[in-house]
Amino acid sequence: MIAEIGAFAAALALALSLAQGIFGLRASRRDSRAEATAAIAQAAAALCVIAFACLIAVFVQSDFSVAVVAANSHVDKPLIYKIAGAWGNHEGSMLLWCTVSALFGAILASTRGGQDLGLWSRTVGVQGLVTAGALIYTLFMSPPFARLDPAPMIGSGLNPLLQDPALVAHPPLLYLGYVGLSVPFSLAIAALISGRADQAWARALRPWTLAAWTFLTIGIAIGSYWAYYELGWGGWWFWDPVENASFMPWLVAAALVHSAIVTERRGSLASWTILLAILGFGLAILGTFLVRSGVLTSVHAFAVDPTRGIAMLVLLFVALTIGFGMYAWRAPKLAQPSGFAAVSRESMLVWNNFGLAIAAGVVLIGTLYPLIVEAAGGGLISVGPPFFNATVAPLLGVLFLLLPLGPMLTWRVGDMRAALKKLAPAAALAVLTLVAALALSQWRAVPAIGLGLGVWLIAGGLIYVWTRVQRGEGRLAAKLALLPLAVWSMSLAHIGAGVLTIGAIAETSFRSERAVALRPGEGVAFAGGRVTLLEVGQIEGPNYSANRANFRVDLPGSSRLLSAERRFFPTSPMPTTEVGILGRIDGDLYVALGDAVRDTPGAWSIRLYHNPLVYLIFLGALMMALGGVLSLIALGRRRKVMA
Amino acid sequence: MMIGAAGAVLVLAATLTFVGLRDSVVYFVAPSELAEKAAPNQRVRLGGLVVEGTLRRDEAGAMRFAVTDGVTQVEVRYEGLLPDLFREGQGVVAEGTWTAGEAFEAERVLAKHDETYMPREVAEAIKQRGDWKGEDAP
Repeated sequence: MIAEIGAFAAALALALSLAQGIFGLRASRRDSRAEATAAIAQAAAALCVIAFACLIAVFVQSDFSVAVVAANSHVDKPLIYKIAGAWGNHEGSMLLWCTVSALFGAILASTRGGQDLGLWSRTVGVQGLVTAGALIYTLFMSPPFARLDPAPMIGSGLNPLLQDPALVAHPPLLYLGYVGLSVPFSLAIAALISGRADQAWARALRPWTLAAWTFLTIGIAIGSYWAYYELGWGGWWFWDPVENASFMPWLVAAALVHSAIVTERRGSLASWTILLAILGFGLAILGTFLVRSGVLTSVHAFAVDPTRGIAMLVLLFVALTIGFGMYAWRAPKLAQPSGFAAVSRESMLVWNNFGLAIAAGVVLIGTLYPLIVEAAGGGLISVGPPFFNATVAPLLGVLFLLLPLGPMLTWRVGDMRAALKKLAPAAALAVLTLVAALALSQWRAVPAIGLGLGVWLIAGGLIYVWTRVQRGEGRLAAKLALLPLAVWSMSLAHIGAGVLTIGAIAETSFRSERAVALRPGEGVAFAGGRVTLLEVGQIEGPNYSANRANFRVDLPGSSRLLSAERRFFPTSPMPTTEVGILGRIDGDLYVALGDAVRDTPGAWSIRLYHNPLVYLIFLGALMMALGGVLSLIALGRRRKVMA
Repeated sequence: MMIGAAGAVLVLAATLTFVGLRDSVVYFVAPSELAEKAAPNQRVRLGGLVVEGTLRRDEAGAMRFAVTDGVTQVEVRYEGLLPDLFREGQGVVAEGTWTAGEAFEAERVLAKHDETYMPREVAEAIKQRGDWKGEDAP
């Protein structure tokens, strides 16, 4: 019964989103119709939420007559993973996509603010069509409420690797980011139809872009952290197609966050901002397609069903054709203010956009190249980390070299010499780091340059905050309190990028790993300490049994206990790894338990990793996300002041 | 001036991409194609099924196992710990170099990630040999 209510609500939501699209696009100057459009958008969102709640309900009830539940759930799974099971599969995640899109449509419809009526109404309309497209795909290509007859007695269980708190939050956050990019897309198309993309339009665009970017940042960081502690390989980023699928929209969203500032402040770059918005959403659909279609070999490819993949490509094709078609037709008609000085805040932001867009393009080429070669009959190939390290890293390096200059320059015409003079201490510190790192790492250039750049970003960000503090009056505390939130948010995000760079370079360049076979009581010297295997026992979890190994780690001056597990789920032939991590200021000591060694009785294979400063990667990502949140708050405050 | 600089960056990015793709692309080969497709010291990905009963540790402490596509068996040598999901009788991809007459020197070994996922190249190689038994052929 619940499943039928859900299916009915979703079908009704489709009808309403189509109506939302038609009403919205046929915008008139009359307020009454605008009110009707808004009401329809809210009703569509409410129906989507009802449909998704029904899906969660059938998962909680373990109603195995619903195909999705039978394929992805199990009676003895903990409640939280039953709920998460609703979006831990293809059908459910697509329904989540629709629900988020409809909710964003409703929020758009409820927050017109000072926007032009026609522009606003068309935005809501395009968003309605986006939701409708996603719902058509979901209901016809991957119906989440399809029944099974006869119903199986028990479900086949959720992939144990995914039964993890981080993976409960990871997909919804990524989807909030992906779908969040649909709103800039709707705004862009509406602007093209209306023939205007002014400063008020950019003001409406900024919070959505920022929110999408922030969700993507948190989602990617959580996914990366999960890969780090759950896969047991000690790595955090593999340049896997599925990871690239989320990284490309992130890069474009980051570019969009910056170009929207230029459009809002100076009224320029409007058509570039529109193009980025279209590209960002296109990459978000492509991301969903790459993850869900399994066309690329990936460590975490999910559904393998060609028809679904093709349908997703059709959606992508429609969105991009409409987007680029409208762009080619209407963008030249947008008013274009004259260019700007070569040395100014806005020109630095153009460089930022250029770098981020090229980086996204390179990642796209690397990700799709195997598909192209295969289609051309060139055989099966793979493009791995060496390609991305050799291309994306230098591009981001150049970008980071320029980054601290941006905030130091003023709008319109900047003074490069003054900016460089102020940044001199940061440059000195960066060069010092570079030389020290060169000397300490036996003249390895790449890590030294990376660490130098990280220090340059952090010190540059701090100097910017300091120059802004000096503008204030009174005591230091008063000056700090008076600093605008926007200064804090931007600096936090930029410093976060530096922190992340240092963590990423330190981890990839200076990690050490060792594979050993140990019997209980035996130990091995590792990373300046000694790791001893104490015992290996058997334990029972709620829906698994596990081998649990206890270790003692002796470091100079201290001794700590650590345990690692290998879990066996009756629903899956593959065990999962629960690593033991000892976090210290110099990095993580990471222990993964393997199988019993077959030719040495009583011995276990154990992998040891030392990951220097790896926590800085996640700390940096968190700082960037926090910068996004603060910036959103700043925009919200300003909106209130202006209203 | 900005346009010139932008052009320079574009050229740089294009060169990086081109050189990167030329140097770091890794071809996939099945055991029976190794002799014809893999030049000495060229990195390739060898994919196939691990032959039951062939996994052993050699005198130097490295792991050795045979990989087959149903036609040819190739011995693989790997210094390191095999991934969690490595099993005899199941799909595996070994990345490394091969010289005729010697074992395949693997630098990386990738195994199936979960029960429904087989490295696509492996599925492809086995299907070409007509040995495909899976139902969810990608």
